[in-house]
Amino acid sequence: MDSYDKELEQKVPDFEEKQDTHSKEISNLNISSAAYSTQIRGWKQTVGIIAVAIFVIGLWELLVRVLNVPDFILPPPSKIIVALVTSFPNIYQHLLFTLAELVSGYLIGAAVGLIMAAVLTQMPFIEKIITPYILILVTTPTIALVPLLMLYWGFGIGPRIFAVALATGPMVMINATTGFRRTDLAKIALAKSYGASTFQIFYKIRFPLALPMINVGLLVGGIFGLITAVGSDMVGGKIGLGNRISYYASLARMSNFFAIILLVALIGISIWIIMTIVGNKTTNWSE
Amino acid sequence: MVKDIIVENVSKTYDSDRGPVEAVKNFSMEVEKGDFVAIVGPSGCGKTTLLWGLTGLHPFTSGKAIILDKIVDKPRQSVGIVFQQANLLPWRNLIQNIYFPLEIMGKNIKEYKSKIQDLIKSVGLDGFENHHPRELSGGMQQRASIIRALSFDPQILLMDEPFGALDAYTRDEMDTLILELWEKTQKTIVFVTHRIEEAVYLANKVYVMTARPGTNSAIFNIDLPRPRPEGITMEMRYFNIVAEIKRKIVEDVEKQKKEGKYKSQAYSTIT
Ligand SMILES: Nc1ncnc2c1ncn2[C@@H]1O[C@H](COP(=O)(O)OP(=O)(O)OP(=O)(O)O)[C@@H](O)[C@H]1O
Ligand SMILES: [Mg+2]
Repeated sequence: MDSYDKELEQKVPDFEEKQDTHSKEISNLNISSAAYSTQIRGWKQTVGIIAVAIFVIGLWELLVRVLNVPDFILPPPSKIIVALVTSFPNIYQHLLFTLAELVSGYLIGAAVGLIMAAVLTQMPFIEKIITPYILILVTTPTIALVPLLMLYWGFGIGPRIFAVALATGPMVMINATTGFRRTDLAKIALAKSYGASTFQIFYKIRFPLALPMINVGLLVGGIFGLITAVGSDMVGGKIGLGNRISYYASLARMSNFFAIILLVALIGISIWIIMTIVGNKTTNWSE
Repeated sequence: MVKDIIVENVSKTYDSDRGPVEAVKNFSMEVEKGDFVAIVGPSGCGKTTLLWGLTGLHPFTSGKAIILDKIVDKPRQSVGIVFQQANLLPWRNLIQNIYFPLEIMGKNIKEYKSKIQDLIKSVGLDGFENHHPRELSGGMQQRASIIRALSFDPQILLMDEPFGALDAYTRDEMDTLILELWEKTQKTIVFVTHRIEEAVYLANKVYVMTARPGTNSAIFNIDLPRPRPEGITMEMRYFNIVAEIKRKIVEDVEKQKKEGKYKSQAYSTIT
């Protein structure tokens, strides 16, 4: 017995084909919609985008050299690349460490967030009670808790993984919840007319319907996880990309500083690309 | 004759914000095995409510419905339903949509494959098995949904204005198609429509419902040859039956109006 039986008793579902509005639906952030507006670009656009990048980097290089800007204020792109390559053997362990905290925290947070969304949307009353607390978790930057976590737990990877999970989980959960709420009574009635169990309705109807929003949550959660991972590194300990950022900044070694920023940006872009591919693969039917 | 469906004095009252709405009142009906019965009635008279009551998803408030000797209290594998809209799952391709009921029922798809392939062919959907719903026209989608309803070989087919959302040309084509399927599969069909012309063309028997609350008004036995001859819908004997039914409906409405029972529902005999 589940809640739809009650609804179906009082209502014949309307069969209006639901317009797929996932891409327009407000999620927590605008980046989410950006992920879904990534379309296949024509070669002209691609060339245009690359041209802009070359122009900006070239202009940066040129101005810094012509105006003789000292390296500790703004190094030219060429020096940043050189710094990245030469110091990479050194940076390598920090990169691995931050990736490890990001990936483990992300996987834990995403799994917990997904499961909680799936379970709680089945229990409307409890969902209503818990939602405000989840909203607090979403709106409070988890990074603010890291000093406390490190105080309890030391400067190892543990508190950082926890912080990343705490940043990712609520993001995934809140988007997935929106997805799971998009129940389509007509499709549920269809499954029920064949005698579908609650579980079958979940994984054959509600889950696919929720997938576009789940993907949004996984993307936004990943970006929040990255912010939190790098931020946690800055709070304490002697390892991690965030730690290197503070370290190089304190020594005014700006080429190295920018090399790390470049790495962090590359991680962020990778998250976006991976999630866009996952999104396109799993919900190619929705457009 | 074996009676596949027996409906006895069923009623359905909805609880709405503006108080209870009596949609169907004391409706009764009997359908023999292999028969094709149509239900017509003015808009809002409770046709959908009645049919959904038979699905077991949407219980009647009172009265009882018996399908294949068992009281209807839950959905059954002996009943296939075709909805007003195709209601296909957009993330599945056509063949996966057709297999959906078998999957839910835990049946071995292999055993049904060749029969389903036949059906797909007979409605002209062969070659589209791997297409997703968004790549199919409304008519093709509805054909797929009919095959889906037949996929697990139910004895009974319930159809609620299945072609109402289609354009006039496609609709006529679909009417012919459903007759072919019926003759081929020998299913028991209950077909709800507000188009009297369609009901007369398709059914052996037409049940007329009154305006809301929908109850029995009349039953017409359609005395036209089977299989329906080509061009029958342009013959006088066909028009006469259609006119007779329309006259009855107008009469009902006039009567309800006189008694002050008619709850203004937009209705026209020109449908
Ligand atoms: N959930 C509901 N709550 C209240 N009233 C309802 C509800 N569903 C239907 N009704 C009312 O019950 C009556 C019968 O509805 P139903 O949809 O069964 O009619 P119908 O004959 O199928 O109409 P149509 O020709 O438009 O398809 C209508 O007057 C409708 O307004
Ligand atoms: Mg209806």
